Amino acid sequence: MFEPQMTKYTRPRATILAIAFLVGCSLAGHAESLAVRNCTWCHGGSAQGYTPAPRLAGQRYLYLEKQLADFHNHTRDNPFSRQYMWAAAANLTPQTARNLAVYFSTLPPQAADDGDRSSRALGRTIYQQGMPDANIVACVVCHGPNAQGVGQIPRLGGLAYTYLKRRLAQWGEGYHEAAGPPMPDISGRLSPHQIEALASYLSFIK
Amino acid sequence: MRARMTLQIAASTISLRAVLLAVALAGVAAASGRAEDRTRNAVSQQDVRAKLGYCKDCHGPLAQGYRGYYPIPRLAGQQPEYLENQLRAFIEHRRTNNIMFNVAHALRPGMVTALAESFRTLNPPPIGGAPSARVGAGKNIFENGVPDANVAACAACHGPNATGNGEIPRLAGQLYPYVIKELTNWGKERGQNPARPDTSAIMSPVAHSLTKPQIEAVAAFVSALR
Repeated sequence: MFEPQMTKYTRPRATILAIAFLVGCSLAGHAESLAVRNCTWCHGGSAQGYTPAPRLAGQRYLYLEKQLADFHNHTRDNPFSRQYMWAAAANLTPQTARNLAVYFSTLPPQAADDGDRSSRALGRTIYQQGMPDANIVACVVCHGPNAQGVGQIPRLGGLAYTYLKRRLAQWGEGYHEAAGPPMPDISGRLSPHQIEALASYLSFIK
Repeated sequence: MRARMTLQIAASTISLRAVLLAVALAGVAAASGRAEDRTRNAVSQQDVRAKLGYCKDCHGPLAQGYRGYYPIPRLAGQQPEYLENQLRAFIEHRRTNNIMFNVAHALRPGMVTALAESFRTLNPPPIGGAPSARVGAGKNIFENGVPDANVAACAACHGPNATGNGEIPRLAGQLYPYVIKELTNWGKERGQNPARPDTSAIMSPVAHSLTKPQIEAVAAFVSALR
């Protein structure tokens, strides 16, 4: 899709991976630690997610760390966050939050594969090319060609259809304290059908 | 030192004179056609505002640029002539970029002109993030060029404050990874339509002659300029 010259930040990413790997290894021994087990009760034993709790495996650690901070200070305020994650993150220290974020980011993600196959093609078009006539930007520019995310920008590929659909819809409904521009603005302009198409396409990405 | 710099600026100015003259002549030839375009392709202020919001979804709310999966350049304070030329370059396949082709292809000519004018007065601080170690080396290249490699001083064309002029872009505050990407891939991304040679030819030998460390140094220097 993109020309090869659109280079990504290979070197910083390699460094981050190396750090993540080392921290991950040290934490892997503590995979049965209380903090990790508190997460996996809902997010699944290998952190692949369990409706409505999203997959954490393979998620960008800077994104996970920021979400935990946003739950902690109540800026991420959608209903399930209030119901489950505000209490879960209430007593996390920044260091524990970071350790958890790095640990889960090192687990290999699987694809949910649970979207609607008939709207997959439309989702792919919106994701990869945007809809210039409707002023909808292409998701690929920030989230990457394989929806893998980078830095604080989350991996979307392989997340569950219902989770993706709910998150995109909720921004349009006003739950956007925790997200800066541009996501609340963009998803607020997507139709329900376009949101379903995007969520479907993304759920199949490995 | 000062005398040498002046000499180099003079030399580089002379060496660029032919190209700039050609560009100026092309501009005069196009001017009559442009006046016609303006009336035929008038766009409403409302449409321009909506499209600007779309630009800023990627380029940042203040058009300061953004580090997504790919570096998205700063548009704030950019020269309108440069922006208009680049939008047309995407449409005419002079500059290759799939995303920006899709974006620019959907714009009417009147919208291209209106958008290009819209970023001139924005002046947010640079987003930063470049390593500071080589800023001094970058400043030296920017002001004095690399005489041994026949690289003219950047300041000769881009201006002493890197604010650009006409089709020559502002570099001040531009994203560090974006400047590196552009200089590294210049010949593969710009001037790609043989039927329509453009101003990007001026930069080709420069970009080709700079080494990777030199590119990184210059990028670090300009990315911090306000």
